[in-house]
Amino acid sequence: MRNAKNLPSSSSRKFSTPRRLLVSAAMIAPLALAACGGAQPGGEANGEFSAWALTGTQQNAFKDSFAQWNERNQEQPIAADFFANDAYKEKVRTAVGAGNAPTLIFNWSGGTLADYVANGNVVDLTGKVDALEERAIEAIEKTGEVDGVQYAVPNNSTQPVVLYTNKKLFEQVGVEAPATWQETLDVVKAFKAEGIIPFAVAGQSQWPYLMWIAYLTDRIGGPEVFQAIQNNEPNAWSHPAVTEALTKIQELVEAGGFGDSYGSVVADANADAALVHTDKAAMLLQGSWLYAGFKADAPQWYEEENLGFAPFPTIDGGKGDPSNIVGNPANFWSVSADASEEAQQAAFEYLNDYTLNEESVKSFIGLGLVPSVDGAEEAIAASEDAGFLGYAYQSVQSAPNFQLSWDQALAPDQAQVLLTNLSQIFQGSITPEQFVEAMNATIK
Amino acid sequence: MLMKSHTAPVRSRRRLGTNIGPSTWLLAPALIFFAIFALVPLLGVAVLSFMHWDGLGTPSFAGLSNWQQTFTNPVTLNAMWLTFAMTVLCYLTQAPISILVGVFMAGEQKYRAVYSVLYFLPLLFSAAAVGIAFKALLDPNFGLSKAFNIALLSQDWLGSTDLVFYVLIFVISWCFVPFHSLLYQAAVKQIPTSMNEAAMLDGAGRVRTFFSVTLPQIKYTVITSSTLMIVGSLTYFDLVFVMTNGGPGNATRILPLDMYLTGFRSYQMGAASAIAVILVVVGLAVSLLLNRFSGTDQMESQQEGA
Repeated sequence: MRNAKNLPSSSSRKFSTPRRLLVSAAMIAPLALAACGGAQPGGEANGEFSAWALTGTQQNAFKDSFAQWNERNQEQPIAADFFANDAYKEKVRTAVGAGNAPTLIFNWSGGTLADYVANGNVVDLTGKVDALEERAIEAIEKTGEVDGVQYAVPNNSTQPVVLYTNKKLFEQVGVEAPATWQETLDVVKAFKAEGIIPFAVAGQSQWPYLMWIAYLTDRIGGPEVFQAIQNNEPNAWSHPAVTEALTKIQELVEAGGFGDSYGSVVADANADAALVHTDKAAMLLQGSWLYAGFKADAPQWYEEENLGFAPFPTIDGGKGDPSNIVGNPANFWSVSADASEEAQQAAFEYLNDYTLNEESVKSFIGLGLVPSVDGAEEAIAASEDAGFLGYAYQSVQSAPNFQLSWDQALAPDQAQVLLTNLSQIFQGSITPEQFVEAMNATIK
Repeated sequence: MLMKSHTAPVRSRRRLGTNIGPSTWLLAPALIFFAIFALVPLLGVAVLSFMHWDGLGTPSFAGLSNWQQTFTNPVTLNAMWLTFAMTVLCYLTQAPISILVGVFMAGEQKYRAVYSVLYFLPLLFSAAAVGIAFKALLDPNFGLSKAFNIALLSQDWLGSTDLVFYVLIFVISWCFVPFHSLLYQAAVKQIPTSMNEAAMLDGAGRVRTFFSVTLPQIKYTVITSSTLMIVGSLTYFDLVFVMTNGGPGNATRILPLDMYLTGFRSYQMGAASAIAVILVVVGLAVSLLLNRFSGTDQMESQQEGA
């Protein structure tokens, strides 16, 4: 499906624009009614330099960085708009498809970036942003490549998934953070006996489930297993590592590893983290972005040094390197191909001189986030969050493989089927074999 | 106001209509609006249902494959079944409650106005806000169960396949019963008091009066409200989207939501359009059928004997 539209870029696109607009307008009208509309997207004029990013913890770091640019480039300020995560993902794709994308497109690389590239929506950045490429951690920057060409560059923090622990509860029950799968099962039993939920997981939001399958598959079969899936190799999901990972998940569910009402826990309001800092749950597998959430939501609990962190347990006989991590290597900026020449030039300049520059790195560290640049050791050591940030920074730099979240790495339609089926695995309503069969059907 | 004799008055009315009545041109603005904002997009969707489009490139012709996919995809078939079940259950829950509350609000009891205001409140809230609020209330760890310290309320409300569907029916009914009650209240208030008095004099009790006088008198309101409820449930979207996003698994992925997720999460605009066309056709057919079989087009008096 994607290849069919890999048309010669400029000329054919120019002729098809009116028709495309008509079709998109017609298409969007009735569906938008269902979607409840929302505000008009802001930076629509293609001439001006615009950027869209996300609300939340990182928003202020972006705001500061934009303000810094605006101060020194008053003739061409950045028109910035911020959106909530899910709403943003839908909005930006519609805008890109309609030729109204902001100059700087905030993205996750992976499947959606590949779609943008296939349709000629984003600019090849090779040789245009060398200064930024020099600063960024190389492994992370590589995630912004599509077929070996740089189409996106990291713009914020790196977000490995870590195992948060509630040290108070571990002390109370008298166990250690699990280092192996067997220890995990033992620890689950110990917590369950005390009426404590061993692992919090926000099942209602579905995507937190992905961290489990991604880590387990990597530990059991190594990164090659998902690589084959991502390359759409026929029957790639049939790899025994996937089945074993799913079996282990169901084993953990049955052992009461997630309590009995995890399906109603919502991630949006950090209800999963709340379970940990209200001493109801002992552990939580979540992204490093949640660290700042713990600190802000439960300052006293945090002050008492109850928050611990550990790597994902190893699996006996597993092929994956135990220092591999999964998560979001970073978020990325891409430059819209529909933007005017001046806006694109301004964007390159912004990327080179302002994105993840010294001030920006400092503001990320100040927010409790791990910047995705080399040589931040000193700044991190000097910060008040040196313990966690140092741990996360070090684990990113020493990881042989940093797996991008599966839902971002796959094409959007495959990711949807994955989320639904994984949710059914956690509910126990399908077997690993049914999962494998359903997922193999999405390979194209 | 309603015609019982079919001869003279009809003719005179027709003459009035052609000579003195407002010009047909006054229809133009409404028609143009309808054409631009309803018909054109509808046609666009119909065309798009025969194409492959991921929202980014140029749509390519797909023949019947989207339609084939729609009618063979177990997810969509399950969505159709869920939509049907939701429509029936929503109707069976909402209709009796609305009628009873409506009749109550039309009465003369003490504090009736206070109750009416309370019943009416949910109608003023936006569906998204209601969804988010209920999501928080139903949180098994920090929601209602903690507030009242009742363990029974600590269920896996949104995460259990067995519960979630009924939870949704409850919340949807909570939102829409006030509106329908309002319709019934107005209808009941229009029943001439002489009829109730006559029934009372004949010795009819409360229950008998309700079934023999009130219900027959509000027949057309029942039809209006039923049409709104059924067509509304068919296209119901926002609360479900906010509260469950179709989950857990596919347990609450009703057809309108299936359309949205297929279109804006999987970016299969062609398949999403096919579902949209099905929704339009079924919605139109159902409301036409309801009108036809309920006899609203026959215009008979409701007030014989009043």
